Order: sequence, then structure tokens, then C-alpha cells
Amino acid sequence: MDSDKILELKKKAADIRMGIIDEVYNAKSGHPGGALSSADIMACLYFSELRIDPRTPKNPDRDRFVLSKGHSCPALYAALALKGYFDIEELKKFRHLGSFMQGHPDMKTANGVDMSSGSLGQGISAACGMALSAKIDKKDYRTYALLGDGESEEGQVWEATMFAAHYKLDNLCLIIDNNGLQIDGRVKDVMNVMPYPSKFKAFGWHVISIDGHNIEEILAAFDEAKTVKGKPTVIIAKTIKGKGVSFMEDRAEWHGKAPNDEQYKIAMSELKEYRRSLDKE
Amino acid sequence: MADKIATREAYGNALAEFGSLYPDVVVLDADLAAATKTCIFKNKFPDRFFDCGIAENNMVGVAAGLATTGKIPFVSTFAMFAAGRSFEQVRNSVGYPHLNVKIAATHAGITVGEDGATHQCNEDLALMRTIPGMTVINPSDAIEARAAVEAAIKYEGPVYMRFGRYPVSIINDTPDYKFEIGKAIKMADGSDVTIVATGMMVEQALIARELLMADGISAAVVNMHTIKPIDKDMLIAQAQQTGAIVTSEEHNIIGGLGAAVAETLSEICPVPVVRHGVEDVFGKSAPAKELIEYYSLNAQGIVEKCKKAVSLKNYGFAAN
Repeated sequence: MDSDKILELKKKAADIRMGIIDEVYNAKSGHPGGALSSADIMACLYFSELRIDPRTPKNPDRDRFVLSKGHSCPALYAALALKGYFDIEELKKFRHLGSFMQGHPDMKTANGVDMSSGSLGQGISAACGMALSAKIDKKDYRTYALLGDGESEEGQVWEATMFAAHYKLDNLCLIIDNNGLQIDGRVKDVMNVMPYPSKFKAFGWHVISIDGHNIEEILAAFDEAKTVKGKPTVIIAKTIKGKGVSFMEDRAEWHGKAPNDEQYKIAMSELKEYRRSLDKE
Repeated sequence: MADKIATREAYGNALAEFGSLYPDVVVLDADLAAATKTCIFKNKFPDRFFDCGIAENNMVGVAAGLATTGKIPFVSTFAMFAAGRSFEQVRNSVGYPHLNVKIAATHAGITVGEDGATHQCNEDLALMRTIPGMTVINPSDAIEARAAVEAAIKYEGPVYMRFGRYPVSIINDTPDYKFEIGKAIKMADGSDVTIVATGMMVEQALIARELLMADGISAAVVNMHTIKPIDKDMLIAQAQQTGAIVTSEEHNIIGGLGAAVAETLSEICPVPVVRHGVEDVFGKSAPAKELIEYYSLNAQGIVEKCKKAVSLKNYGFAAN
């Protein structure tokens, strides 16, 4: 695989992570943990996989992305800003009165957001609708949705899973940000919805399991998904909640909490140091 | 008067009729196509009909996704499941993004009949009315049901439509009949009280008007087919003209038409408002005809409420 491209995507992921910390710090609230765990996936989506153009955000033939785990929107906003949908300085207004960057994504106001989401389990259904529409109109755009671990406990997720397989939505690619944590603790302790592979296989899906922080594996999984015909694909991406900020990693308490001044400085210095190390590669 | 026809039947026919005119219309159902009458559309346009199985919450979300791409999805199931079970999906996936989804709920109210309380939804108007930007329509007969479907297709935004299982008379077969979302229809003039009715109760209101004449009470009748946005101008004009209002609906007296009318008038033109409907109880199993009598969802029930409203107006109090 193209090593320059992989390095570039690593840099984008690092930039997204810095954006996340900036947003949550300036808002004094928000969800850093699950945003950080999805940063590498988001970088691959927005800077490699999605057929989109910020100059034509409503192009009917564009690929769609639904952030079903809507609370991870700091990652989405950072990706959109870096992609050119709006000024990066806007990120500081996340969750502020009058900002288009609502606490959970609002498609009416935020440029580049394909679906309002945040109430868990609902985004995946909307993604099914988008994929179904492409089938009806014989369009070749693809629909992607990012789902959370804890979110998968919602019954509606499995209604949608059943639906996507029934209507053979092979133009739908679901990614599970499998960081293993939810608000009350470890997913396996709170309500064990895992294992995913056997469940999705039983529902008739094509299943790919990867390391969700490995750019090459993420890109390869997207490529494989496009070759699958007659069934939807789920990419189960094993990730670490809070990835990239040492004191947030694998800690459920950082699901929905903003860093204080001291923590912000440490987090940003860690991320900047990593980002500089990439420049030297 | 023509033969009776259920508004659900008219809905199914209208979908099939307008399906040819509007190619973006697609229809989703949750294993009830034979009951909601979306089967009529399904038979004509099998490629634009999608059964979602008994999974209403996903169905609403799929409709939202379809709407983002320019489709005009109609979502059908019983009112209990469309407005009740899927309330939060309708609120967050359809209402909040103001998507062009048409929720066409059938089997509303107690006239569901024998299936009983679990399937008799007397709360849907209340639930749907609280969602910002939601249009709520409750047609009174087959003609109005057809007109509402076409109006909903032409209107850009979320619409909740309420259809019944029970066959009702045709009351809108007049040459000048015109359906406009948010514009109530004055069916008859009167000077002592105005009956503001919706859905199948409009016909009963017209019968009640005749009965009241014998008692020397002159009642106007308004067909409030759109619960939201409510026709304030009509309400104010009638409140000023008759000084008393009776609302009538096949729905809980809490939260629906009665609430909408009382809320509106109490802030602008306070006059006595007496609510006629299901009196905050669950339904029962029985043939619809018997339930209508049991719950007084008939002209006689409206007459009693009108007498109460007139008494309130004239003496400031009324025997309960």
C-alpha cells in the first residue's frame, strides 16, 4: 500500500484528535473518549474513502456518511473542517449558543452533515434508507455509518441489521467503533452485546474484523466491502477509547467529560508531539 | 348519502392514484399492508413498496433516510405504533431534521373495535402535536382523506395523518369543497355554540346540530381537519360569534383537538370550551358500533356537551 498516503492519513487522524480536544475543552463539555477512538476511521473515511466534495455538499450522487453514534461528533466536525466544509476556527464554538455545531449533529445547520443523529440506534436506520434509495434509483453512491459499542444494545440496531440484509444493501458499509466501553463501564459488564461477528453473520452480513487504529487495515476493509455483492458489510474495528491521550485511554470516565486547563495542556502536548513525529517520518 | 367508506380505504386508493403522478412517492409498511390498505399501492407499484416487517422504529428511520435523498416516503402502520411506539424516532429522526416523511397512521381511536385497548390509540394527536414543525391532519371522510394525501405530497415537511378503520359517511361531496392544510371548514352556521369537530366526529356534529335545534339551540359546525397548525382565525371568529365552543374528537380529551382549541382560545379570546371525546380512559373490546355508544362518541354525546357549554356561557356555571 502507498506509504505516503498512509502517513498522510495518520497526520489527518492526529489533526482530528487535536480538533476533538480543542472542541471539548472550549465547550467545557462533550464526548472525547468515543471521538478519539474513531479518529483513524474518520480520517480514512473523509480523506480517502468517501466520494465527496465540500464545494458540492448536496450533490445527490455523493457518498453518504451517518454518524449513528452522534455523541462522537467532535471527530466529525474536525474531519469536516479539515476537509474544507467550514473554517477550522469554528471548532472552538462547539456546543455554544448560536453555533451550527450542536452537541449532537444537526443536518439542518451543519454543512456536510448528512443526517441528524445522537439518539442511539437511529442513525443506522437512516443509513439503510439512503442505501435503499440508491438501489431504487440505480445510483452508485455508497452509504457508510459509524455505530458505537454501547449503541449496539439498542433493539433498533438489530431491526436495521435485519432490514439491510433483507433488502441486500451491499452499498451499505457499517463500521462498529468497538472500544469496549460505555458510560457505566465495560460493555461486557454493563450489557454484553458481543460477540459481533457471529451475530452479524447470522443476520446475513459480510463481516470484517480489524484493528481500528491501523490505517492499512481500515483502507483494506473498505476496499473489501466494495467487492461484496448481495449483502451489507460490517467492519468491526477494535479500538481504544480515548486513543492518543494517555490519561484518557481505555477509561470509561472520559466518555462524556471535558479536560480542565491542566489536562488540556497535557493532552495537546501529547498529541502535538505525536503529530511532529509524523512530520519527521 | 353515499355508501360509507373507511378513511383507511380512501388512503390506500389515494396512494395508488397519486403514485402515478408523483414518482418520488415510496411506501413503507410494517406487516400491515392489508389492514392499512397500502396493499393497493403495493399491487400497483411493487418496486416502490417496502415491507419493513414488524419493526416500526427502524421503518421510521429508513423513511427519514429515504427523505434525505429526495424521496417522499409514506410510512404506514397502526396509530398506536406509528405515534406511540415510534414517538421518539418520529421526533428525532423525522421532526428534528424536518424531513419530508408522511406518517399515515390507520386504526386510530376506539373504533378499532374488537382488538381492544392495546390497539385503540386515543393519544396520537396529543403526541404528534407536541413535535415542533409537525403537521397533523385528521380527515373526516373519504373525500377529505384523498385530498389530505395529495396535500401532504405537495407539502414539503413532516406530516402525520390519521385514518380510521370504521366506515364513515361521505360528508364533503359538495361542489365547492376545498382542502387546504391549516384551513378549517365551516360546515354549518349557528349563533349559540360552535362545535369544532375532527375526523369521524364531524358527521356526528352535523347530526347533533339538528338535534339541538329541537331544543332551541343554534349550533355552528366547524370541521377542524388540521389539528396542527390549528386554524386560529376560524376559532377566534367562532368564539366571538357564538361565545361558546364544544370540541369533539375520537381521542382522549387530554392533549388533542380539545386541548389545542382550549390553549388557543384561552390566550386570545377566552370563552367556555367544553371537550367531547374519550374521557381519559382506555378502550375495550367490542364491535366499533357498540363502543361508539358506550363512550358516547356520537351526536347525543355532543348534544350534552353543547348544553353544558351554553349554560356556562349564559350562567357562568353548568351542572356536570
